[in-house]
Amino acid sequence: MIQNNPVGRLIAHVILIIGILIVAFPIYYTFVASTQTLQEILRPPLSLLPGGHFWENYSAALFGGVGRIGGVGVDRLLFNTLVMALGIAIGKICISILSAYAIVFFRFPGRMVFFWLIFITLMLPVEVRILPTYKIMVDLGLIDTYTGLILPLMASATATLLFRQFFMTIPGELVEAARVDGAGPWRFFKDILLPLSKTNIAALFVILFIYGWTQYLWPLLMTNRNDMSTIVIGLRKMISFADADTEWHLVMVTCILAILPPILVVVLMQRWFVRGLVETEK
Amino acid sequence: MANVELTNVRKVYGSSVEAVKGINIAIEDGALCVLVGPSGCGKSTLLRMIAGLESITDGTVKIDDKVVNELGPAERDIAMVFQNYALYPHMKVYDNMAYGLRNRGMPKDQIDKRVKDAAQILELTQLLERRPKELSGGQRQRVAMGRAIVRSPKVFLFDEPLSNLDAKLRGQMRVEIKNLQRQLGVTSVYVTHDQLEAMTLADILVVMNAGSVEQIGAPLDIYEKPASTFVASFIGAPPMNLVPVKADHSGLVLKDGTRIGAEGLSIPATGALIGFRPEDLEVSAGTDTHIGGLALDLKVLGVEPVGAESYVYGIIGGERVVVRVPGRSTSNSDDQLRVIVPKQKLHLFGADGKRI
Repeated sequence: MIQNNPVGRLIAHVILIIGILIVAFPIYYTFVASTQTLQEILRPPLSLLPGGHFWENYSAALFGGVGRIGGVGVDRLLFNTLVMALGIAIGKICISILSAYAIVFFRFPGRMVFFWLIFITLMLPVEVRILPTYKIMVDLGLIDTYTGLILPLMASATATLLFRQFFMTIPGELVEAARVDGAGPWRFFKDILLPLSKTNIAALFVILFIYGWTQYLWPLLMTNRNDMSTIVIGLRKMISFADADTEWHLVMVTCILAILPPILVVVLMQRWFVRGLVETEK
Repeated sequence: MANVELTNVRKVYGSSVEAVKGINIAIEDGALCVLVGPSGCGKSTLLRMIAGLESITDGTVKIDDKVVNELGPAERDIAMVFQNYALYPHMKVYDNMAYGLRNRGMPKDQIDKRVKDAAQILELTQLLERRPKELSGGQRQRVAMGRAIVRSPKVFLFDEPLSNLDAKLRGQMRVEIKNLQRQLGVTSVYVTHDQLEAMTLADILVVMNAGSVEQIGAPLDIYEKPASTFVASFIGAPPMNLVPVKADHSGLVLKDGTRIGAEGLSIPATGALIGFRPEDLEVSAGTDTHIGGLALDLKVLGVEPVGAESYVYGIIGGERVVVRVPGRSTSNSDDQLRVIVPKQKLHLFGADGKRI
């Protein structure tokens, strides 16, 4: 519905602006706090304008090492989280696109059994699987490793099903045309299926990257060493129960730094992302 | 270029559904063979078996005197044009045409030459850099043809290639396909459910029904001497009129009891169907019986003028029939007409539907 009368437009704008303020203000306030000294933060009221300690705080957090997390710099946490998020996103996409390819385009014994096995994992919440998974990771000696952080989160029924649904919309004649053109299974996958799935892959990448970036429970279990922490865990560790013991200015810096990469991914991939969600290119 | 030979080809789905029941067809080098039949008659399945997209349950398919049953589609040296064109949506027209050649490892300059030549023939040169999405239906159809041509295969296979086009374009593309096939001289198998397409394109026409061949022959031979009532009513538009008759001691009786002159027809005891094409009827002005023809009384139900001719719909002996009259018809509904079928235009089918 498109309203063209000015009053309606005004009301719509007011509501939108209020909505944006509600969402954006806490983030702005976090940014303001990240540019103040600890003393300024602890002495209310906090100014609504950014303070003058931007460089000081950010370089301290990034390169100086933060005391409460064993002197590890936020740069290290960012790197860990990036590896984990990328690993999960890319790994999940690879595995699910390949398994969906197998399920949709090949006839092999037990095909439906595999499909249902994948489907059933959707019904088990992470918390149910977490203890056995943890035990396996411990036995494999993967505590405090990137592999341990990434591997268990890589298998994904949702992404497999998503690709399956997309593959099923590909007309059978296209597959047959490729066969007549002499494209074997691998060529067909590489030359036809992958290019057609571009937008889906992009959309999924954005979603999975953010999913990986914001993981809390699993990294909490998997990492003991401070230099293997992810940023979310690091953030949690920085906060002490005693208010005065917490370096709030560095916490705020870390918060801002933690939300930057997901925002960057969304902004950079927005065009693909939206297209992948809205239309299927055929 | 090659001949295609099907011997006792069968296709069984699961354990019992017989989609294609022992078909024998021999197609000479350079001929265009059209498989025609209603949907579900197995014509597409047969084509896909020639293409290698469907396994062959029984019998042999030979291309160029070589049995190809066990070969994959790419090894059979065929090219196929699909109903919905099946163009690769993400590739430009050029790449769509070049893809099959690249997969065969042909050198780049040779691919380029072939694609450009094919584009020239099909008037696609201006469109080579476009994507399928930016083309009209007719242009996409041409690209699909181009993809087949560049391969210079032994056999072209067409799976209802024109059914997604509008009527005008279909007529135009029909002529183009025919000319192209003549020009290239490549043996072709063409599947359609449109009898007009079948009649105009075919060198050999194969009429199929329920998984079997009803009749094979030149289109006009089939038109003039249909082997069964199925062929008679499938080929020709409007279809052939079929009126059931029974013989008794004193002559012929129609379904509603009307008696007609026997005119020397020998009708089997089980009854028969007399068939006549709509255009073969002569409307007689008087009540005189025409010499050497079968005189029938027709009650007019309605008239459809289509311009150059008119279709008169009516009832003869309880059976609905249609008569094609040149120009305008002066008949009105409920008129009684006397129509004559010249004897040589009369077709006679037994109770089993086979021609007598």
